[in-house]
Amino acid sequence: MAIKGTAHKYGDHVDTDVIIPARYLNMNTPQELAEHCMEDIDAEFLQKVKAGDIMVAGKNFGCGSSREHAPIALKASGIACVIADTFARIFFRNALNIGLPIVESAQAAEGIDSGDEVEVDLEAGRVQNITQGTEFDFPPLVGMAQTLVQAGGLKELVKRKLAAE
Amino acid sequence: MTIAEKLLARAADTDRVKPGQFINCSLDCVLANDITAPLAIEAFGQMGAAKVFDPDKMALVADHSTPNKDIKSATNTKLMRDFAREQGIRHFYEGCGGGIEHIILPDKGIVLPGDVIIGADSHTCTYGAIGAFSTGVGSTDAGAGMALGECWFRVPESMKFVFNGRRREWVTGKDLILYTIGQIGVDGARYRAMEFCGPVIEALPMPDRFTMANMAIEAGGKAGLFAPDEKTLEWVKPRARREFTVFASDPDADYVEVYEWDVGDIEPQVSFPHLPENARPISQVGQVPIDQSVIGACTNGRLEDLQAAAEILKGRKVADGVRCIVIPGSHEIHLAATKTGLVEVLLEAGCLVSTPTCGPCLGGHMGILAAGERAVATTNRNFVGRMGHPESEVYLASPYVAAASAVAGRIAGPDEL
Repeated sequence: MAIKGTAHKYGDHVDTDVIIPARYLNMNTPQELAEHCMEDIDAEFLQKVKAGDIMVAGKNFGCGSSREHAPIALKASGIACVIADTFARIFFRNALNIGLPIVESAQAAEGIDSGDEVEVDLEAGRVQNITQGTEFDFPPLVGMAQTLVQAGGLKELVKRKLAAE
Repeated sequence: MTIAEKLLARAADTDRVKPGQFINCSLDCVLANDITAPLAIEAFGQMGAAKVFDPDKMALVADHSTPNKDIKSATNTKLMRDFAREQGIRHFYEGCGGGIEHIILPDKGIVLPGDVIIGADSHTCTYGAIGAFSTGVGSTDAGAGMALGECWFRVPESMKFVFNGRRREWVTGKDLILYTIGQIGVDGARYRAMEFCGPVIEALPMPDRFTMANMAIEAGGKAGLFAPDEKTLEWVKPRARREFTVFASDPDADYVEVYEWDVGDIEPQVSFPHLPENARPISQVGQVPIDQSVIGACTNGRLEDLQAAAEILKGRKVADGVRCIVIPGSHEIHLAATKTGLVEVLLEAGCLVSTPTCGPCLGGHMGILAAGERAVATTNRNFVGRMGHPESEVYLASPYVAAASAVAGRIAGPDEL
């Protein structure tokens, strides 16, 4: 499945507190959470983002709290993929678990600006910056991370395991 | 092998593991709190699970919004409470007998040395202080752990931190970990296990070790580990109600990086907004007026932390215009602080003493900052908006510095009083 959309770019260490502030964590539905996504660092994010858009960031994306509300809020806000230089480990797991595609690529993160049209081919391991006419390859996920994506998330995997027992 | 590798190998039922390897571990405890449990319980149901793998290896702790701050929080706690009853989970805590998850789990002997633990809270790494491999996960991972009693891991590389020399006066575990994060950065230990050792660590009291392990995640670490020693065993034995295993790294274990520091050069530290890595020695803080001082949290809410604050505040007064909020980390700590007269000392100094909660640390309730306000806090994070308004500021420090700052009305070390 190819993902194509407009890039929204942020810096290093985008933490889960700014992705979804804790004052909203008494709520659990994706729609409620999406209404406050990124508001502490970008008050206009919700006006700008469209379904299918791509978030681009620097180092250590999703650091801090383990709140799964963060990838849930991003996904519900319309973000179809996050491309970052690196990801914090709990966010990495959470994104794969809930089925939010992520791409770890320093080159792609560096070579995309806000507003660029970007296409991501997860299977081919390729990011295309249509606006700038550039292309970046990224290595496929390995091990359990790959298994999770193929299964469509952790819930599906556990469901199969429990059904087999 | 390192202690991290030995802990994971035991839980994966194998003799050896290597960094980078994907393994499946059986779990000794699965934890979730009032923010993460509702989603974990939902995921558990969606996975088609009916019974938790072992009710005695489950811990559900309502601490983030307790006492429930609003109807939605109360509904979340009720959902946890009902699930705990239905599943026969003994270790459900709220209010009386409860407290902050990372303080009560080791205190009650629910987690022990040798255990492998996942918790749907990033500060689950705290139990590395007693030689357990414990790490934070999201709600779906916790839900899977509840259903299966197992979790997959990528075996992390280990980093070693050797602390030599003698600690200066007022230098605590909090200062050592803020210094460490200041040196390596908030992603300096990303995906890795941090191992703390050396003569200073051997002499370091258990509460300080919990504080250091607690903040491993603030350097991106998967775990922050201390090999159990006599101090650990003395602390753990009266609390343990089951067998436990003690591991230590082999002398020839492999580390991706080794840092060695003389702590004689380390002053009390203050981490400036908006990242824990912005650590500065107290002598270089300058004039930073404060509106609030928060003493507590899973980082520094232990009885010894309250004693440190009271040592500074005894016979002194919190400065005009400063709110000093002290939060005992558990009901038992609150009781002990009351019985030993600490609460009276703190109240007489003008502090507010709250019931146990994570509250202000995550900007939930019980001490939220307005735009432009500034707090010094013994908590673990100072991200944008962490304690309230996105234009407020949080400075991280030890209980000594937080208490001295409350008296001075600006960020100050105890020597400046």
